[in-house]
This record gives sequence, C-alpha cells and structure tokens, in this order.
Amino acid sequence: MPNTDEIAHSRHGEPHAPAEGPDAEGRSGFKMLARPLRVLSKARRFKWLRLLLAGETADGAERDGEAVPAKLPKALTRTLRGFEPPAMPYATAGDLPKRKTRRRGAGRRFPFCLRGGPGGAEPAWLMLFVFCAVFLLSALPLIRLGWAGFGGLVEGEAARVLFEAATFAALRNTLVTAAGGMLISLMLGAFFAFAMALTDIRGRLALSFAFMLPMLIPPQVTALAWVEMSGPSSPLLKTLGLAPPLGSPQPLYSLSGIALLLGVQHAPLVFLAVKAGLAGAPRDGVEAARLSGASPWRVFRDIVMPLSFPGLIAGAAIAFVSGIGNFGIPAILGIPASIETLPTLIFSRLASFGASTFGEIAALSSLIAVVSAGGLLLQSQALAGRDYRLIGLSGANAAFALGRLRFAAEALLWAVLAVVLVAPLLALVASSLVPAYGVPLNFKTMSLHAYGEILFRQSVTLTALRNSLFLASAAAVGLLLVTVPAGYLLVRRRGALANLLAILIEIPYALPGIVLAVAFILTFAAPLPVIGRSLYGTIWIILFAYFSSFLAVSLKPVMSAFLQMDPSLEEAARLAGAGFLRRMRDVLLPLIAPAAGASVILVFLIAANELTVSALLWSAGTQTLGVAIFNLDDSGSSDLASALSVLVVLMVIALMAALEFIAKYLPGGVLPWRN
Amino acid sequence: MAQLILNHLSKDFGSGRPAVADVSLAVRKQGFLALLGPSGCGKTTVLRMIAGFDKPTDGSIEFGDRRLSDAARSLPPEKRNMAMVFQSYALWPHMTVAENVGYPLNVRGISGEAWRKRVAEALSLVKLEDFADRRPAALSGGQRQRVALARCLVTEPDVVLLDEPLANLDQHLRKSMEETFRAFHERSGATMIYVTHDQAEAMALATDVAVMSEGKLLQVAAPAEIYARPEGRVVGGLIGRGSILRLKLPDAAGRALDWLLLGAALGAGGQAGEGPLSDVLVRPEQVHRGTDGISMRVVSCIFEGERFAVTLSLPDGQQLKAYSSAALGEGATVPFIVSGGWRL
Repeated sequence: MPNTDEIAHSRHGEPHAPAEGPDAEGRSGFKMLARPLRVLSKARRFKWLRLLLAGETADGAERDGEAVPAKLPKALTRTLRGFEPPAMPYATAGDLPKRKTRRRGAGRRFPFCLRGGPGGAEPAWLMLFVFCAVFLLSALPLIRLGWAGFGGLVEGEAARVLFEAATFAALRNTLVTAAGGMLISLMLGAFFAFAMALTDIRGRLALSFAFMLPMLIPPQVTALAWVEMSGPSSPLLKTLGLAPPLGSPQPLYSLSGIALLLGVQHAPLVFLAVKAGLAGAPRDGVEAARLSGASPWRVFRDIVMPLSFPGLIAGAAIAFVSGIGNFGIPAILGIPASIETLPTLIFSRLASFGASTFGEIAALSSLIAVVSAGGLLLQSQALAGRDYRLIGLSGANAAFALGRLRFAAEALLWAVLAVVLVAPLLALVASSLVPAYGVPLNFKTMSLHAYGEILFRQSVTLTALRNSLFLASAAAVGLLLVTVPAGYLLVRRRGALANLLAILIEIPYALPGIVLAVAFILTFAAPLPVIGRSLYGTIWIILFAYFSSFLAVSLKPVMSAFLQMDPSLEEAARLAGAGFLRRMRDVLLPLIAPAAGASVILVFLIAANELTVSALLWSAGTQTLGVAIFNLDDSGSSDLASALSVLVVLMVIALMAALEFIAKYLPGGVLPWRN
Repeated sequence: MAQLILNHLSKDFGSGRPAVADVSLAVRKQGFLALLGPSGCGKTTVLRMIAGFDKPTDGSIEFGDRRLSDAARSLPPEKRNMAMVFQSYALWPHMTVAENVGYPLNVRGISGEAWRKRVAEALSLVKLEDFADRRPAALSGGQRQRVALARCLVTEPDVVLLDEPLANLDQHLRKSMEETFRAFHERSGATMIYVTHDQAEAMALATDVAVMSEGKLLQVAAPAEIYARPEGRVVGGLIGRGSILRLKLPDAAGRALDWLLLGAALGAGGQAGEGPLSDVLVRPEQVHRGTDGISMRVVSCIFEGERFAVTLSLPDGQQLKAYSSAALGEGATVPFIVSGGWRL
C-alpha cells in the first residue's frame, strides 16, 4: 500500500512550513517567524547581516564565528564544539567521525553560493526579476493612483468633484445598474449552473460553450447587438415586420436596459462560481442523502443549496464588481440617453481635458475602487476559505434524473440562449448587411458593402485592427515571460513573499479596468526618467496597461499546470544533473506548453476585444478594435460598427474553438466552459 | 567509493515536532540500506535530505570527505551525482523511453554513438530494448518502474535512492522487481538507500536495515541481526511477526531467554515468575505444541496456505501468536512450549 501520508507530508507539507530553510529566508532579510532554534543556527540566522556589513563569505570564517560563544553552559559548549557527540545507535560500518566544526578547505566543498529557496531549487535572480516586474506593473501605478487621490483630497481642488450633483447621479446610476445586473446574472447563472451541474440534460458542453460566449464577447458589441435587436430601427424586427413605429423610444436606452445587459454579460461569472461550488457536492453525497430517504426536493434544499451558497455569494460579488467597472454597456446605452455612470463620467471628464482633470479622474476612480473593494470585501467575508474556483474540480454530474421533464428543461435552456445570445447576434448580422439605416433587410437589399468598407476602404478600422492584433499578441506572448517564472515560484516556494506576489498579481485583475487605466495615465503622463519622453499617447502605455490587467489571466493556466505537475519530475531532472535553466528548457517548459498556449489564446481573446482601458488611453493612430466599434456607433455608422462587431464575434468563436481543440492537453480548470 | 555519513541530522519544518531528530548513521560502503518505518516517521525526509531537495536544520551529511549538506549550505542535487527512483517513477511524459533514460547523459554532454551505446546497455539490463521509442504513457506500471531504474543505471551514480519504488506495483511484479534491484545493486556497486514501510521487502533486499519511528533512528543492523535481536518494543513490533509479552523475569536472566526461564515466568510450575516486569518478544516459530507445555486457549486459527496462524491466550489473558500444521478448534485448550524469547 502506498505510504500516502508521508508522501503528502513530504511533498506538500514542506512548502507550507512557515520557516523553510532558515538561511534562505534569513539571507534575504524576510525572516519573520520565530522558530525554536538551537543556539547553533542562531548565528547563521544573522549571517546575511554579516554578509551585508563585512562581506564575509568564506565558510571557514563563518564557522569560526559559531564556535566563539564562551559563556555558554559547559555541556552545551562541548556539543557546539563537537567534542562530545551524543550517543549514536549502531552505526553499521566504520566509526562515525566526530562532528567537526572546522574543516580544511571548506570553501572548495561549496562551489555555489547565494542560492534561493530550500535546497537551491531556483536561482535568486528569478525571484528578483519576477518581483520587480510585478511591482512595476501592479504596485507602482496603484500607489501613484492612491497618492494622487489622496493629494486631490488634501488640496481640495479636485475633491470638489466628489460633491457635484453629476457625481452623485453617476454613483447612484452605477449602484442601481450594477445591483440590477447582479440580480439578473444571479438568476440566469444559477439556473444554468444548477441545470448543468446537477441534472442529466444532454449537450452540456455545447450549452456551456454557448452560455460562456457573452462573457468573451466584448460588452460594447453585446450592447450594439441588443440595440440592433430592439427598437424602431432594428433591421431584424423590420424584416420580421414586428418593429415598433418610428419615433418610439429605444427601450434599452435606460437604467433597466443597462442593468439587463450587465446581467447578461456577467451571468457566466455567476455560472462559473456556482458550478465550482457544486463541484464540492460530490455525486455520492447526493446519493447518500437519497438513500437516507430524502426526496429530490429535500436533497436540493438540505444538501445542494447550502453547498452552492458560497458559489452564489462569490458569483454575486463578482457580477456586482464587474457591473460597477463596466464601461462598454453604459457607454453605448447610457450616453444617448444622458445617463452617466462613474466609468462614463471619467471618460467624459477626460475628453473635456482641463487643469484639474487628473485630480478629478483620480478622485472618481478612487471612488470606484472603494465601491468595488467593498463588494470584494463582502465576498471574502461570506466565503472565508471556501473558494474553489482556481481548482476546477470535476462537477457533480447527473445527480438528478429529470425523467420526462428533461426535454422541457433542455428546451427552456436553449430558449433562454436563443433570446440572450442568438437573437442579438442575428440582429447584429442583419444590421451589418443592410445597405443603409432604416432599410428593411431582404434578399434584394442585402449587401456586403459594410464589410468592404471596414476591411478595404476605412483606414481607421484597419489601423484599429492592426493595433489590436499587435497589442493582443504582444501582451499575450510578453506576459508569459513574467507569468511562467511567477507561476513556478508561486507553486514551488510558498511563504510571505510568494503570498505578496500573488496578491500583487491579483489586484489589477480584480479592479475595474477603468481604475487601472487612470492609474496608468497618472503614472506615465510625466516623461519617463531615462528616456525623457512620455508614454502617454503612444501605443506602449496601452500595452503596459494590458500587461498589468491581464497578468492574472495569463498566470492562471500556467499556474494550474505547475500545480498539477508531479514535483518529482523536476527533482528527477535535478538528480540527473540538470541546472535550473537546463531543466526549465528540457523538462518544465515542454510540460507546461499546452497551458502556456491556452494562456496566450485567452489573453489574446480578451485583449483584442478590450475597450475600457484603451478608451481612456488611446489617441489618434493608436485606437483599438473596441474603440473603433464605439466610435463608429457614436458617429452613427451603425452598419459599419455592426460589421466590425460581427468580425469580432467570429474571431472570439474561432479562438474559443481553437482552445476547445487543444482542450485534452490542458490542465483541468483552464477552460471555463469545460468541467 | 566513499562512505555516506549522516551526522546528527535533524529537520524541523517548523511544525513544533521535528520531522527528523538527530539521526546519525554511517552507511556501509557499497551497502544496501533499507530505511524502514511507519508512515510519517521521517524516512522520506531523510532520503530527500540525502538527495539535496531538503536542507537539514541541524547536523550534516557527508560523502567521504565531502560535506554535502549542513544547516548553512547544501550542495544542490544536480551536483551530487546521485540517482533516484521515485515512487511516482517521475518519467518525463514528453520524452521517449530512450530519451528519458539518456537524459542524464545529455546533461553530462555525452552524445552520438556513446550515448546510444550506453542507453541501449541500460535498457537491456532492465529488458526494455524493444520499448526504446515508446512514450512512458504507453508502458505498464512495471515497465515504467524499470525505465526509472535504467535512468539510474545509465550514469554511474555514487548513491542510488529508492523512494518506496514498489509501493504502486502488484504483488507479483514486486517479487520480480526485487530481483532486478538486487542484480542492479550487485552490478553497479553504488551505495543504495531504500525507503519502505514494508519490512518483508526491507529484509529481503537490504544488507542493513535502519528502523525509524517518529523522526528518530531506533536501530541499524543486518536483517538477520535485527530479526533476532531487536531493540525496544517499536522495533520488535515492526520487524517480523511475533507477540510481545510482559513477564516477570529475574534480573540475571540475560536477553536471550530459553524455555526454562520462560516456562517459569509463564507459570508452568503453578506460580508466576519472580522479578521485575520486562517486555519479551516471542516469534511464532518459537511456539511449539508439547505435552509438557503450558495449557493455552486457542482464540483463533486462520488458514494461511502453508500453515495455520494461531492466536493463543495465556492463563493471565495475554495473547501469543503461533503456527500450527493442523487446524485447532477455537476455544480448545492445548499445551504449548515457548522454546525461546528475546528480552527487548
């Protein structure tokens, strides 16, 4: 029988140990935890100090230092000096040499020095590199933002913006739409999650895939598609003869319209959270409850609901925070109806650039950050250590047989998808094919004019396409340089420093993109120290902001791959004699390659469609696809905007399909729509 | 070939109780040492410290006159010229069998004809020549095990570490792998350290057995020695089968006990023995039926194939294990002689 306890102890217990290798921690000065130490190692603990002060590295000198303490009790001194080795049982062969505290040529025996973690698993520069990169991308802009917000409050000039009526209205609108959207997300997401995780409906993968699509379709495209679906000028309704008379209001240009779309956009987040929570309810647990005599309804109430509660809370919090930070939907739906939310308010303030603009947007985005932090705090309070989302366990499939109801349930699920996904996308396609605004679509009027326009004639869309492809691929590939070493370090080396690293990576992802964009504007508006030029207005500031906000997206698949890799694969390479870079190249990288590929595609997918960050950071010549769609719609060219959106949706589906294609090589939990 | 020495080795993960406490041990040159102990006794931690994956919190590890590890410094595993068979085998799934086996050669800069020759040689030793181009995923558990072993063979390591290598194999494969290990040890001349919790495996393979419990080293001896003369209750209970009785024995009795002393202590003459209570290990093969023995009640009698394993109850209620060639009725009272015992 495998000796599992001990293996678990040796494999997993060690990295958790608060004090791993006294010198690794001590040398770098991060030693914080007290540990029952023998006198012997006490001297070593402060070696880093001596190294720092005197530059004393010779092993011999170090060992002399240990033998010096004179006022110790006699027995202890003897032990320290090695005169009296304690009784040693039954050495098999040869006499054991006395413990020697001083050995000749000690330096020769250690041809290495200053290694990182316990046993020197990785070189010290690795941690330094990762930490610097993460600090630059994550901590620095946020510190700058906090400083600017604080400065604005103290000086009072910019703080006034917080007490303007427009700010109050925007705050109210933001809270109302985010809360409404959260409710809709909860209903949709929980319904789909329960149906898919617990019942025996068919076509789960297809349903999951389709239900996840709204999350990956950029919000401005979702908003555009819904606008094209409803309202008096909808080509789809016109074609079907259902359009309301011209001049009647577009129902989506309202608070409830914004809330509805936020709900649709973020329902997959609730879906994922609830499904992950249900994975903690194993099928045999449900079956045990059934055998105990509980009816299906009682099982649902007594077993499933309590277990899914953390998932519901987590999903609700994520949906709420995402709703607060969403820019694309209120921008498309709110601006025509003069409904401002906090993100659109920041956008319009930045557009009307003035003397106090920086202070104002810093104050406003601090307000968003505070509201989102409140949401996340509530979530972590309610969750307290029950968050399984990163683990991606297999779901509790088919715990309930629906019997005759199964067909009805399947029909209902697909009908919901038809309304929230298929119909808007059809409307989008329809409006991209009409030759002019307000013309009904039929086989005679249908034309590909809009596609020809955006692909071959409009230089703006071509530039946007080029910029987005460049930004997305550079961000996706460039991030791997940081996330592969970071993932390795986070898995291999736990402790205070690794925790700090994980938090620094997570923060920019948890914050609404608009806050991050403002933080980057503030940090890089001034000329850079060495080059003497400002990044603001160039494409590089957008790239840096992407690096920062997608760090967590890029890290997740890579880290799951490292987590699921048997650590002995690397240990075997070490014993084979391979140094760090060598085993990175020969063993680790080939093994995480599929996950790194998924990471590239995921980041590319999200970055190519990004609007919030680039809406604030773009300038002439550096617009992205998201900005281009927004601007086209803003200027009334809804046919061109629709055509571009259709291309974007096609690209999203193609990339998701590519991920699905390599799914079997990926670690579990990387692809959100798979179990 | 130098000698591997663990010198007052300790490891504390900071959990309060040290995982390994003051283990001192000199492994016989070219010896085959089995580290035996129950789960969580620290034997794997000792192995990982020898390999260099963990750093001791106190004490040192020496190989000949080279110091491999102490609390201050540790030679990284890649510079130790050791090899290890992991419990999970740790074969790299993206390399073929030959690439897996030859990787230590690649790292040492050996390529071309020399590489092919040595890989083929290592594979032929574990009888896997025909599988050179397969991936590990296409192999059975026993074959993977042999690939891992070939990977150790291909270089000439000073020390070969084996971390419960047979734990994931079925009974039949274990026997044949034991043979392979023994042949491997004879051929390579490397010092081998073998971690296991299976005492039969340890006794069958090793030249020396080291028993650990709760982080401490209890006894190191050759298999026959440790079987005949275990030190203390833990070792006595762990090695081989047997019962530990608490008997009153005179101080002058020595440690190896015979029927005269035991019979008296067990109350053959109608009264219990004299002197302080001591722990006495009695092996089942030392308990025989005999008409002039002590009457014992049969508690259970289980058929084991070659014989019956009998549990007996002494007059004072203590239980004793014995073997019997014939079935005994449960509840029957049968006279038994205890021909020998070992005071722990």
